[in-house]
Amino acid sequence: MTTTESVSAPASPRVAAGQPLLTVDRLGVEFRLRDTTVRAVSDLSLTVRAGELLAIVGESGCGKSVLAHALLGLLPGNATTTGHAVLHEPDSEPVDLITCGQRHLARRVRGRRLGLVPQSPATALNPVRTGRRLLAETLRAHGRDRADAEQLAVDVGLDPTDLDRYPHELSGGMAQRLVTALALAPDPALLIADEPTTGLDRPLVDHTLDLLRRRCDNGSAVVLITHDLAAAQRVADTVAVMYASRIVEHRDTDQLFTAPAHPYASALLDALPDRAFRPVPGDPPMLTALPPGCAFAPRCPRRTDACTDRPEPTPVTGGGTAACHHPILPGATT
Amino acid sequence: MTDAQHLLADEVTVGYGRQVVLNGVTVRLGRGETVGLRGPSGCGKSTLVRVLALLHRPDQGRVSIDGTPVDGTRYAVPVALRTRVAALFQSPRAAADPRLSLADLIAEPLRATRTPEPTVRERVAELADLVGLTADLRGRRPHAVSDGQLQRACLARALVHRPDYLLCDEATAMLDASTQAHVAAVISDYQRTRQAGVLVISHDQTLLERWSDRIVDLAAATRARA
Repeated sequence: MTTTESVSAPASPRVAAGQPLLTVDRLGVEFRLRDTTVRAVSDLSLTVRAGELLAIVGESGCGKSVLAHALLGLLPGNATTTGHAVLHEPDSEPVDLITCGQRHLARRVRGRRLGLVPQSPATALNPVRTGRRLLAETLRAHGRDRADAEQLAVDVGLDPTDLDRYPHELSGGMAQRLVTALALAPDPALLIADEPTTGLDRPLVDHTLDLLRRRCDNGSAVVLITHDLAAAQRVADTVAVMYASRIVEHRDTDQLFTAPAHPYASALLDALPDRAFRPVPGDPPMLTALPPGCAFAPRCPRRTDACTDRPEPTPVTGGGTAACHHPILPGATT
Repeated sequence: MTDAQHLLADEVTVGYGRQVVLNGVTVRLGRGETVGLRGPSGCGKSTLVRVLALLHRPDQGRVSIDGTPVDGTRYAVPVALRTRVAALFQSPRAAADPRLSLADLIAEPLRATRTPEPTVRERVAELADLVGLTADLRGRRPHAVSDGQLQRACLARALVHRPDYLLCDEATAMLDASTQAHVAAVISDYQRTRQAGVLVISHDQTLLERWSDRIVDLAAATRARA
């Protein structure tokens, strides 16, 4: 499908493959509530390189979506953000997404350089516009031909005749494909896809994942936020496992799935139906009352007294990092 | 066959307008078994669940519970019969009344059948423990809990009348791996202790193979067209 590539990835200056596109440095997000504070993201550092597909996985409520919203400046007013997240692009000055301000984000960054496939398509679509009109608006705003709408629809697996429907006439899966098309229209260098496969059946899940993979192969980058470990395994280059607001393990996909180092990552993989199909023991901690040391320690079979000190992300055998005092070494049985 | 121990959709045909969705489908769900149901998107899996859950009246054919034919849907069916079947759906956000606390959400079907309040509270506590909802979570309303927590509440609600048949329509599709395994384990335990029949619909072949005793293909359950 050569026409597909010409439309979903028009030639624009790209960071050379392998060079950092986004560097997140000790990012923290807190929400102030009436009587408490929720730490949704803590001391989170990572790098996304051009051409890389990074998957962020974890249980619901671990802070995955808050991370996405922090990068896009879409957090509600009671949120406090600390740290830095710098987007590097060849033709423009590096921009710190955390400090540059809403005005700059809205005019220069959001949608154009940093796209978002939002989690709940039903609430993201203007109910009084057809899909075709929504796509045409977005294409025009970014100086592209509105006729590209049909090809974009085909790219995401949506029948172009369905573009004439209003959002309430679309099924959940169709709406999901439409928001994906809308996010792809400006051709952002970095796309954050927050659960982009919700409501899709297996063939369409695979179609969407392959589309994201192709973008990366063309030199863009994608951060895929998902609870679907099989999806991450299928397309991601690297996988970051989040637990209770922190990244506990960040490895190459193959290494994570064959030999997880962090006991939480190992327990999460054991919950898969093709593995032990056993839930992670215990309950996730409340983000309002995180323990001072390792947040996973209360549920962890390998915990010792050392775990009351918070472990920092440390390199592990075979590359990548894990934040654990007692990582599982390759070849070990537990 | 009045002593038959199964939930049966017998030659069920359903259409919406001119569009025929199910055409003479026969599916039998026995007590004590877990049956996986698969088929491509739009083939009528969810419609079949709505018919079996007595939410949608088939155009032709009928549903019977342990050999007793069911006439009508919803409140037209006697309480003793309709509470034998419960369903759990894909999206707890769409299923749960946003005005109710999780405890009230679980209690509502009991109150609707005029269960004495002390019994209601006892049963709610028992079920909340079963699905792993802490006391703090029980007082919250849906907007203040995660999808996984809300789906656990919906599961507790589905089990509140101790149904003999439980229908799970993509009930774990939006859950993370750990919550999915947990919900599946709670349902399997209930299935074993109650000797209930469980119908599982999923796009995830691995999950179906792991969870069900046998897998039914909806196309194969449809009567060959003359």
